[in-house]
Amino acid sequence: MSTNPRLLPTLSANAGPVLDLEALRRRLETERGHGYWRSLEELARTPEFEAMLRRDENAVAAEGFDRRDLIKFMGVSLALAGLTACTRQPTEKIVPYVRQPEEVVPGGRPLFFATAMTVSGYATGLLVESHSGRPTKIEGNALHPASLGAADLFSQASIYTLYDPDRSQTLEHLDEIRPWAAFLAAARRTADEERKNGGAGVRILTETVSSPTLALQLRSLLGALPGARWIQWEPAGADNVRDGARTAFGEDADVVTDLGGADVILSLGADFLACGPAHLAMTRQFARRRRPENGEMNRLYVVETASTVTGANADHRLPVPAREVERVTRAIASAVGVAGAAGSGSAASGSNAFVAAVAADLKAHAGRSAVLVGPEQPAALHALGHAMNHALGNFGKTVRAIEPVADRPSNQLEALKELCADMAGGRVSTIVILGGNPVFSAPADLEFGAALAKVPNRVHLSLYKDETSAACQWHIPETHYLESWSDARAFDGTASIVQPLISPLYDGRSAHEVVAALAGLPQSSGYDIVRAYWRGRMGRDFEASWRRALHDGVVANTASPEKRVSIVQVRQAAASSAAAAAPSADALELVFRTDPKVYDGRFANNGWLQELPDPITRTTWDNAVLFSLATAQRLGLQKEDVVTLTVGRRSLDAAAWVEPGLPDGTAVLRLGYGRRRGGRVASGVGFDAYGLRTSDALWAAEGLTVRKTGKSHPIACTQMHQNMEGRDIVRAESLEDFEKAKTKEAEGGHGGKEAPIGSLYAPHPSDTYAWAMAIDLSACVGCNACVVACQSENNIPIVGKDQVRRGREMHWLRIDHYYGGLPQNPRHFFQPVPCMHCEDAPCELVCPVGATVHSAEGLNDMVYNRCVGTRYCSNNCPYKVRRFNFYHFSTDFRPPSMRMLANPDVTVRWRGVMEKCTYCVQRINETKIDSELAGRRVRDGEITPACAQTCPAEAIVFGDLQDKESRVAKLRESGRGYSLLADLGTRPRTTYLGAIRNPNPALGEPVTTSFPPTMLDVETGQK
Amino acid sequence: MSRLPPIDDPRSTEILEPGHTFASVTDKISAIVLAKRTPRFWWVGFLFAFSVTLWLFAAIGYLLLKGIGIWGVDVPIGWGFAIVNFVWWIGIGHAGTLISAILLLLHQEWRTSINRFAEAMTLFAVAQAGLFPLLHLGRPWLAYWLIPYPNTMALWPQFRSPLVWDVFAVSTYATVSLLFWYVGLIPDLATLRDRAKRKFFQILYGMGALGWRGSAAHWHRYEVAYLLLAGLATPLVVSVHTVVSFDFTIGIIPGWHATIFPPYFVAGAIFDGFAMVLTLAIPLRAVYGLEGFITLRHLQNMAKIMLATGLIVAYGYMIEAFMGWYSGNVFEKYTVWNRITGPYRHYYWALIACNILTPQLLWFKRIRSTPWILWCIAMVVNAGMWLERFVIVVTSLHRDFLPSSWGMYAGTFWDWSTFIGTIGFFIALIFLFIRFLPMISIFEMRTLVPEADVHGEPQPDPGRIEGEV
Repeated sequence: MSTNPRLLPTLSANAGPVLDLEALRRRLETERGHGYWRSLEELARTPEFEAMLRRDENAVAAEGFDRRDLIKFMGVSLALAGLTACTRQPTEKIVPYVRQPEEVVPGGRPLFFATAMTVSGYATGLLVESHSGRPTKIEGNALHPASLGAADLFSQASIYTLYDPDRSQTLEHLDEIRPWAAFLAAARRTADEERKNGGAGVRILTETVSSPTLALQLRSLLGALPGARWIQWEPAGADNVRDGARTAFGEDADVVTDLGGADVILSLGADFLACGPAHLAMTRQFARRRRPENGEMNRLYVVETASTVTGANADHRLPVPAREVERVTRAIASAVGVAGAAGSGSAASGSNAFVAAVAADLKAHAGRSAVLVGPEQPAALHALGHAMNHALGNFGKTVRAIEPVADRPSNQLEALKELCADMAGGRVSTIVILGGNPVFSAPADLEFGAALAKVPNRVHLSLYKDETSAACQWHIPETHYLESWSDARAFDGTASIVQPLISPLYDGRSAHEVVAALAGLPQSSGYDIVRAYWRGRMGRDFEASWRRALHDGVVANTASPEKRVSIVQVRQAAASSAAAAAPSADALELVFRTDPKVYDGRFANNGWLQELPDPITRTTWDNAVLFSLATAQRLGLQKEDVVTLTVGRRSLDAAAWVEPGLPDGTAVLRLGYGRRRGGRVASGVGFDAYGLRTSDALWAAEGLTVRKTGKSHPIACTQMHQNMEGRDIVRAESLEDFEKAKTKEAEGGHGGKEAPIGSLYAPHPSDTYAWAMAIDLSACVGCNACVVACQSENNIPIVGKDQVRRGREMHWLRIDHYYGGLPQNPRHFFQPVPCMHCEDAPCELVCPVGATVHSAEGLNDMVYNRCVGTRYCSNNCPYKVRRFNFYHFSTDFRPPSMRMLANPDVTVRWRGVMEKCTYCVQRINETKIDSELAGRRVRDGEITPACAQTCPAEAIVFGDLQDKESRVAKLRESGRGYSLLADLGTRPRTTYLGAIRNPNPALGEPVTTSFPPTMLDVETGQK
Repeated sequence: MSRLPPIDDPRSTEILEPGHTFASVTDKISAIVLAKRTPRFWWVGFLFAFSVTLWLFAAIGYLLLKGIGIWGVDVPIGWGFAIVNFVWWIGIGHAGTLISAILLLLHQEWRTSINRFAEAMTLFAVAQAGLFPLLHLGRPWLAYWLIPYPNTMALWPQFRSPLVWDVFAVSTYATVSLLFWYVGLIPDLATLRDRAKRKFFQILYGMGALGWRGSAAHWHRYEVAYLLLAGLATPLVVSVHTVVSFDFTIGIIPGWHATIFPPYFVAGAIFDGFAMVLTLAIPLRAVYGLEGFITLRHLQNMAKIMLATGLIVAYGYMIEAFMGWYSGNVFEKYTVWNRITGPYRHYYWALIACNILTPQLLWFKRIRSTPWILWCIAMVVNAGMWLERFVIVVTSLHRDFLPSSWGMYAGTFWDWSTFIGTIGFFIALIFLFIRFLPMISIFEMRTLVPEADVHGEPQPDPGRIEGEV
């Protein structure tokens, strides 16, 4: 009705006000509601226009239609409506590649590209498998110092996040979709405004930045706005590490440990095998020294509060409450000769023997030992750790200091406190949050959310519309690292170019682009920005170096230079932290730790990680609050009881779980769960530990009270029994016993070798290959990386909490975890269990339709098409490695966008079909075809199943038994080789190498797999 | 029940109430079928059973729509209610075959009045049993792949699998049972054809009677065929449940892998089968006033068989437990221990109470002669035998070799729906059977009338030779 032509000239005559862009912009700033408009006049919404609208309405009403006209018009409309179908569709031709992209074989072989992913600022180099331009799997980059060919859970599972349909897809302002240009306009206006007072009201909040490009960008932005501040905040940050180094050395330095040369390792709460910027490299160094055949085994002592993978691999583990760690450390430090380390009071009773043994062992291995301190420990402990390494002469040998990697190392917590104070005090007018989720993860006492609300302009860049996005006016969807250009540095400073594998799936921007836009360079693409940084920093031939850096995944010669440091101030460091007053015997403390699966909450919407069992408790989809057996008994708690945790005036309801080996009086709660927003997977799972976490007690809070609510919360646990029940499952013994047995055997005594089981049948003739796998339980650290690798490679669906509770998880490869010894401080044993590919497979015998059959190469093949789903094979499998599609898991729990994730080389299974580990038969066949084309046999090590490929500990070896020289053939024959449940006569192709532990004879803690029945065995009604 | 004769009534030892003549037998039995008015209790019972049947169909429909996940099965426990129910129903069928075939060959005259509906019970039970192996498949629409048939895939079933043996065992059993039952029905169908008043039924029964005219040649052929079928069915009594037990014994799971299973399964099947015959016979004779045909003697004989087979079953349990200990095998030992003391101990002890302790009451003649107590014992045994299969299937699987994979099992709403649904379906079929077919063999009952006892040359007619149990 506004299109009445007779009325338009009136407005056109008043062109002035219509084109008053300034007024227009002013109005749009305050505008809410739909952003579209039909004409410039409407956009301007001048009084004239309003008047015209009213006139227009009146005019139509006055003119009106008579009844006949109305019917005529209706008739014509109806007739014409039909004509739309007569429109000729434009011809759309499908054209094959006119210019085929370099090296792409459509529908054929995948390509691999090097890139890197950062967690808390530190990069891990990766190779990403890409099928016709679609990234499908993430593997480690052997050239990268933090990967060495392995990849951890987070990086492998990040491909799931790329295709996650819950990712934020549109730029929004106050929940309404806006174009990028709208943001740019707003940004420009705000920048103009802020520039007037030198940017004093501007704050930029990022996570830890190690990207040299982003750091430079931010610095130049700050140069233009001298009053602005840049704050970095990680909920699980390294403040203590940095402060400790500064205390110890008097300057900033990062410390890098090389465990290859360490005979004795002392970890003070450092989970260096599963967490931290160098954990993959350190796991490799550690595991190489865990095989008795490789020469002298290392010995690991761990003092820790919450159970970690590292503690589980310790030869001696001392569980102590968080408040006691410092005392034990001081005692050890003092004993190894750190002057002034001894604090007030002696070490906790019961730990004296431990302290003496560790100190003696460290001193005996001076220069060949290493002391590591966890980032959760106070700075003083880090200083003591450095002092101990110094006193032991480890610097320059196993430990070296380097220039700090992260840009602008500073105390993040102090900066965040200051920011919150500024925001609350109204001194911040604009805040740009680049990544991170501080509303969720900031310490509760800082009231970050409330302070943020006082900032007039709030911008948040993030992958998901999370709690922080909801508190900001502008939400910019962030590109995934596989969609955008960037760079990052590894733990040793080595830089990598982060190159994208795919164009952004949604309308996302990278932090580089947002910062460029803020700096008034909206046209810059991430590619140009990153290249511009490196041009001139990569040697003379930039293009060649650039291509080399992209190809290798590392920029040559960028590792941080070694730094000469000396210990300056240990005495002061020792004095600086007051020894905690000894609390009463039944006082409780609450310890916060990052989660081994969702880390600080950033991976909470990742289904693979949520469904991954916790390495120790084997629970999925929740973060129960963990108690030791004695504490649980004292408090009258059972697994799954909901308890109210109260610290100070904050409280939280959480489900309880019992874990042997925790120190008594300690409750452990993992961070990152209990998300309120941020995706369908994340929301409503677990309990929000951040709600109890305050800035003065980031990692441990005293004065916890626990009250039973009488309710219970179901927890989905994949392994209800972690007790071997005296069965021969994981073979483990001490190095001493192992050496003795070996000597005895050499002298002609009875060795540990199992007698071969006789068979009435002639052995299967095999003149091709005989595939087999050997898993070294001595090397395996139980980190779960192989489980995610398998899930990614083999299109294994997730099934959700309810189905996991019913015992229907689909992991082809699981890691069994067992306790041994005493429940107060048990030994831990991990055992990865893939299909055993039995030569006499019980499953094959009972399948009525021959859907599981033996291949000539000894694989136990599963023919999905033939399977009718009797589940008899699974019943008859003594290892229970078979997985059944009780529902259509491949689609029921996988939204359409996730189909891009599937590996095209592996069948996606249908409802009602059995499946299991295939030894990655697709990889076997691919390599076999190559070798046949080349007219040769497959060489040893040429085929690597996904699990073996990603294993940082190199615990899984795959190969051909026909080749007597292959690694797997030799490992099977080694003194530690054994078959699981060999007595059944299944003759498994997957065999194990027994776990050898290297306990200190002085401490007399035997290596035993027996474990007494405990209240753990109480049924929780699961499944 | 007040109409029942007192226990010391001399008639209680007869297999046919004195005073019956050829005509009275025929009248009494055929009247039930040919009665114009369907009794009200029949309608009530049938409609109730039929609505449960409809619920079964709904449960099956939902199962086909959603997948096997609606049931409680999971990864250590791949078989749950479906296989438990399958074995239970197949077992129930066994009594029918035993009564009709083996007791026939052994010249047990008393079988005459119960064989017809026992056979019907067999057929209907096998029909219920047959549903489960189909439905429990992940992809039930491909069940025909278990049958060897020429196909373009050039694939045969995998004959080493006991599930394929099951296909043969159960389908043979169903076929022979059907034939046996039908052949036995032919003379009675002819009687009904002749006595039916309405044209429709005359034609219907006439077609069923296959032109039976009662000539000597007909009778001769009938006797030969019936005897042959009895011979055929006899090994099936033993073989079917033996093969069903192979489903477990061939497996290597502790608690399954046991040589005692075949005899112990067969004994269990007969035990349970007779319990089910009693469960049906006692109300039927009361409601239809058939105490004269199904006398206390019958009930007592069946109770004795139950007692005997129950003792065999008890021996089976004992040997299982003993072998678990005696083997010295850590897994076997644990399985037994876990049954007795583990999370499913209540099921185990309930089954001991139902299957071993309760039947011991049958040692007492007073109890054997009191129908309502017998009926209660039979119900307890029915439940006990279901529990036995549950214990075998579930407790063996839920904790096998690797403790890491141990799990728990519980039937879901849909599991129970399917199980109860088949009971409803079974009862509905029984209701249809008693309304439309003579539930007691008319012509065979007539041979029990004194007039039929022609003293002279011994006849080869097996139905006429007297004997005592």
